[in-house]
Amino acid sequence: TRDGAFGLGRGAMPEEVAAWDVDVLPDGRGLPEGRGDVFTGDEVFAEKCASCHGDFAEGVDNWPVLAGGFDTLADKDPVKTVGSYWPYLSTVWDYVHRSMPFGEAQTLTADETYAIVAYILYSNDLVDDDFELSHENFAEFEMYNTDGFVIDDRPELEYSNWRTEPCMEDCKPSVEITMRATFLDVTPEGGGDSVM
Amino acid sequence: MDKNTKTSRRSFLKGSVALAGVSVAGAASAKEADPLITEVQEWASLTGAGVDETPYGLPISFEKDVVRRNVEWLTASPISSINFTPIHALDGTITPQGCAFERHHSGAIELRKEDYRLMINGLVDRPLVFNYSDLERFPRENHVYFCECAANTGMEWAGAQLNGAQFTHGMIHNMEYTGVPLRTLLNEAGLDAAGDLKNKWVYVEGADASSNGRSIPMEKALDDVLVAFKANGEALRMEHGYPVRLVVPGWEGNMWVKWLRRIEVTDMAVESREETSKYTDVYDDGTARKWTWVMDAKSVITSPSPQMPITHGQGPLVISGLAWSGHGKITRVDVSKDGGISWETARLGKQGDSKALTRFYLDTNWDGKPMLLQSRAMDETGYVQPTKNQLREVRGENAVYHNNCIQTWFVNENGVAENVEVS
Repeated sequence: TRDGAFGLGRGAMPEEVAAWDVDVLPDGRGLPEGRGDVFTGDEVFAEKCASCHGDFAEGVDNWPVLAGGFDTLADKDPVKTVGSYWPYLSTVWDYVHRSMPFGEAQTLTADETYAIVAYILYSNDLVDDDFELSHENFAEFEMYNTDGFVIDDRPELEYSNWRTEPCMEDCKPSVEITMRATFLDVTPEGGGDSVM
Repeated sequence: MDKNTKTSRRSFLKGSVALAGVSVAGAASAKEADPLITEVQEWASLTGAGVDETPYGLPISFEKDVVRRNVEWLTASPISSINFTPIHALDGTITPQGCAFERHHSGAIELRKEDYRLMINGLVDRPLVFNYSDLERFPRENHVYFCECAANTGMEWAGAQLNGAQFTHGMIHNMEYTGVPLRTLLNEAGLDAAGDLKNKWVYVEGADASSNGRSIPMEKALDDVLVAFKANGEALRMEHGYPVRLVVPGWEGNMWVKWLRRIEVTDMAVESREETSKYTDVYDDGTARKWTWVMDAKSVITSPSPQMPITHGQGPLVISGLAWSGHGKITRVDVSKDGGISWETARLGKQGDSKALTRFYLDTNWDGKPMLLQSRAMDETGYVQPTKNQLREVRGENAVYHNNCIQTWFVNENGVAENVEVS
């Protein structure tokens, strides 16, 4: 008998865990053995990714831009890409390997994924064209925006100020309309398309 | 009833609707007797539908506008996209599942109970696999919670953009869930292997291609997170995670992983795509907040609103809306008719449930003059819903997520309402 309180479920087999537990941690744990270079990545990317993400990972139409946008995060319209924004390389490998290409996920081999990630880094000018990414050098790679994130600081910056009895009368001398949605006119006609 | 009768009945009803509209508006000042009363109506004489006609019913056709809507330009593909709950037309707090919003990253998948598996692995004593029927044998709980997309109202950061409460605030639903506490399943797998639980995490992911993996700190996982298989009394809808989803009370909707297939106990956050590239909030200095899990106190007036103009003229007016907080119960909602110069405290439909939608009403008298309607929620922690300008002062305009600002509707002398910003 097992120690579990209810004795429900059954033991997960190692090959079952291996099939489903494919996440990669920021320190590289979870990566399979393998390797891929920029040149190979360019070919795989052209075949499997470029129709949406562009030949140079610059994005087609509304599809996500994967490269560029460095130092735009404080701009009026930041360009958040793998290069300019993503803090960990592990996430790139993990997400591409599990969920891309869109509509054909989980079809990339480990080596193809290493190659694609190497090509995305090259597209972001973060490596030279002879770069090869592997499970061995993966953890050494430092992303551009690794230090760009702070843990939720609403408690200090917001909650401490906004837990006060609010004004009820004469809260401001006057009020004016400063912006109107009808000026933009981007709401779907007739209240939008029914999606039932 | 033969075919001809059916046809004539339908066209007759069509005519009656228009007539009813007129008589409702003119009822108080009617000079002539109302034929809807003085003449025998078909529905008072003939028969209606039999009990065998509709094994599972949809709303009556007159309510066909109370549906989910999408906004095409928001996303590149309808497969990884959002639609909106018609909150403007609903009342009370429970969202009908059939029009409760959807957000998918690789579409709504069809997963049979027979094909369903849930794995718990990682730092546990016994990695386990459950099938669906195993889950139904654990002790269950019922709770009502709101699920609000982190991006709800996100299009409004830089200004008033979409004209309707459905579009500005409709990435939300509120359901009564039945499920098993995540804590129960983690205990079944055993957490001794995890050691000190303080710095441990659970990584949860779905069975769909996007997987939507997210990291949840162990403290929350052991607190009130549910592994749910029923909502509003019945099985989850396909688009809401059938047969099993995660319910993460008070926290951003992205973490409510649908089609839940795996729970892994880890010693650090995975920092997956959905908690690095997405669901991180950029400040105007270019740094970004991560792990902004809680949805702060928020409210919106659902009527009057751009999709719900005042059509009855001056006199008694019900101002109605929704308030909610990821920190606990809503304790009070104030309503302003003059753009925030003065406020009246509204009436709660019923006492607020923790981390659930709460209905409020302000029963007022409209004098026919333009109004700038606002609502301001307060929760049990004393937090007061901020204005958009207050939020922008701290965060700038590019946070994308977590916009819980006070909404303003400008109602003109004709009762038509519009989404605006005010000074």
